[in-house]
Amino acid sequence: MSEPAARPKLEIRDLSIHYGTKTAVKNLNLAIAEREVLALIGPSGCGKSTFLRCLNRMNELIPAARQDGHVLLDGQDINARGVDVVELRRRVGMVFQKSNPFPKSIFENVAYGLRVAGLNDKAELALRVEASLQHAALWDEVKDRLGESALSLSGGQQQRLCIARALAVEPEVVLMDEPASALDPLSTAKIEELMHELKARYTIVIVTHNMQQAARVSDQTAFFYMGELIEVGATAQIFTNPGVKRTEDYVTGKFG
Amino acid sequence: MATHTDRAYERDLNKLREGLLAMGARVEAMIAECVLSVVQRDSRLAEHVLKSDVAVNRLELEVDDLCRKIIALRQPAASDLRLITTAVKIVTDLERVGDLAVNIAERAVDLNKSEPMPIYDDLPRLAQLAQEQLQNALEAFVKGDVEQAERVLKSDDFLDALFVKLFNDLLQLMMEDSKTIRRATSLLFVAKHLERIGDHATNVAEMVIYLVKGTDVRHPRSR
Repeated sequence: MSEPAARPKLEIRDLSIHYGTKTAVKNLNLAIAEREVLALIGPSGCGKSTFLRCLNRMNELIPAARQDGHVLLDGQDINARGVDVVELRRRVGMVFQKSNPFPKSIFENVAYGLRVAGLNDKAELALRVEASLQHAALWDEVKDRLGESALSLSGGQQQRLCIARALAVEPEVVLMDEPASALDPLSTAKIEELMHELKARYTIVIVTHNMQQAARVSDQTAFFYMGELIEVGATAQIFTNPGVKRTEDYVTGKFG
Repeated sequence: MATHTDRAYERDLNKLREGLLAMGARVEAMIAECVLSVVQRDSRLAEHVLKSDVAVNRLELEVDDLCRKIIALRQPAASDLRLITTAVKIVTDLERVGDLAVNIAERAVDLNKSEPMPIYDDLPRLAQLAQEQLQNALEAFVKGDVEQAERVLKSDDFLDALFVKLFNDLLQLMMEDSKTIRRATSLLFVAKHLERIGDHATNVAEMVIYLVKGTDVRHPRSR
């Protein structure tokens, strides 16, 4: 278990998120340590994906969404006036449930964010693309076909390509929303193995419905229910001896 | 207590509890029988203990098999996980208690072929205490009663003290009359086996505390 950093990478204070009159997240307080994997678990509609999306202001894209409270990244409020949301999303990258590569070459998918950020030097781009594909454990499988369409890759490879694309812009936090739910067990194992490696450099927050996956990949697990954070703790603790009855019922399958 | 959404899983866990209790009831009866076979010089009771052991061994295999199946197919978590790990451990304790009852029964058959020995009251008392300890530990398991389990842990001292007393009395007897050495040694083994049964009961009680509270109270000095 890694020692908790003096200041958490992310700190959430009194956060509530509403969609119109419906409250999706209620008065949430949570600290996420640097270089730690936090898994968010809970039944559908419990607010975990909504919470994940507020960490890089993706909820702003949903017109009815309204938010109270604070999300601090390295102590800075990400919703403060003057924060550049593009820069924020570079620092806090995201990988989605469905892999969504651009209909471009493998190379261009990874280079895209770098080009947007103004990097055009060919040699530098090539280096960064290779490093990102290496980090995403995809390089060996695609190094001889970088010019081919990303859509020619398998589902598992596409998802790792999306991870490479997220890593290319050198984020500090990676948000993952069900990154392996559409993948076969081998591809899932590769993504999970990758998460263990990425932890050395990044802070990772993952939403997953697969509780064994949460147990396998995370250091801390947070259980959400009906918009509330019911319990957060060391993953081994949550899965062997949770402190709250509701958590116990959820991880043992006694819900509903 | 809430039940599992998956009822087949619920049935498996209940089957596991029932298997352990069936084993517990069987070995409790074996303790009573093996000691009676010594005290009443009844070798037929000893024979029955040997038969019961076959059933206990079969139950051990069934419980272990069910635990493996649940781990492989259900990936148990939290209290379910603690139940499985508890079951895997106490099934061994119960099986050992059965073996000790068999050892006592074998001594009984041997003793019953020889001249009768004076039986100290402490021997049936020790047997009764051992049986009660196991019974209480299993009852604590069924009810999830931590306090009852803790009482079992405390009461083990009585068994130990009684065993020491018996040990000294039998030693005295052997010193006074060397013709009793062989039979007194057998009785000493019987007493030692009963004391060990008490230790297995405390093992079960410790696991009950883990099952209910999630805290491991074993080996406090090794932490």
